Amino acid sequence: MLHPITTVHYLVLSAALLAIGTLGVLARRNIVVVLMSIELILNAVNINLIAFSRHFGHTTGQIFAIFVITVAVAEAAVGLGILIALFRNRPTVQADEIELLKW
Amino acid sequence: MIDTALFYFFALLTLAGAVLTVTRRNAVHSAVALITSLVGVAGLFLLQRAEFLFAVQIVLYVGGIMVLFLFVIMLVNLDDAARLRQFGRQWWLALACVMVVAAQVVWFLWKGAGALRLPPAAPPPAPDAPGNTETLAGVLFSEYLLPFELASVLLLVAIIGSVIMAKKRI
Repeated sequence: MLHPITTVHYLVLSAALLAIGTLGVLARRNIVVVLMSIELILNAVNINLIAFSRHFGHTTGQIFAIFVITVAVAEAAVGLGILIALFRNRPTVQADEIELLKW
Repeated sequence: MIDTALFYFFALLTLAGAVLTVTRRNAVHSAVALITSLVGVAGLFLLQRAEFLFAVQIVLYVGGIMVLFLFVIMLVNLDDAARLRQFGRQWWLALACVMVVAAQVVWFLWKGAGALRLPPAAPPPAPDAPGNTETLAGVLFSEYLLPFELASVLLLVAIIGSVIMAKKRI
């Protein structure tokens, strides 16, 4: 009754996760939630890499996923540091209220 | 059979957590939903026989990044922000664009599932084969040694950068 799970199932799941993450980045105003949505997008990429790694029986995809996680950690640390610096200057976390460079 | 059920369970956990992350008003609720989603992704890694990445996902994401997020949420006062409008003015435009792109990708994947010309899925490894962590370490420290060292430089830059960013006076 239930179909066996193929690689395409994982690809569809990854596409859905990517879409939700992109929506969070584009539509939310809270910068903290925008950063969390970026983590969702990176996780969608990781699911893709792992699915292909399993499919081809190659470990290269898993190595790439490790590097993606490394970059995600660096991105989160720097992003949250920027957020704290920003909050010290202007007490707001709404992305569209930070418009100093807007003409 | 049990694999199928587990896949749908973890997929549901991942997607439900993701939707809640994007839609919750309170940032702490978003963070907890994101933890749920990341645990679901970790389960998917386990289903795909990536045991090392499963452990890394739990330790690094759930244990490291999410604690960092929660610290910042406590540090930055978000009580006022929770009462404001949560979505930007063009949220419907963003939703429409994302829906179009997602529908395209999913449609092409379903239509082209046979035409992807992937080789048949690799068989499960023999019971006496070296484990996942051992294999990964062998490849990482021989073939991908230079990217590994570059990643350490990147992490160093990120540490210095975030410390300088968060300092009161530079």
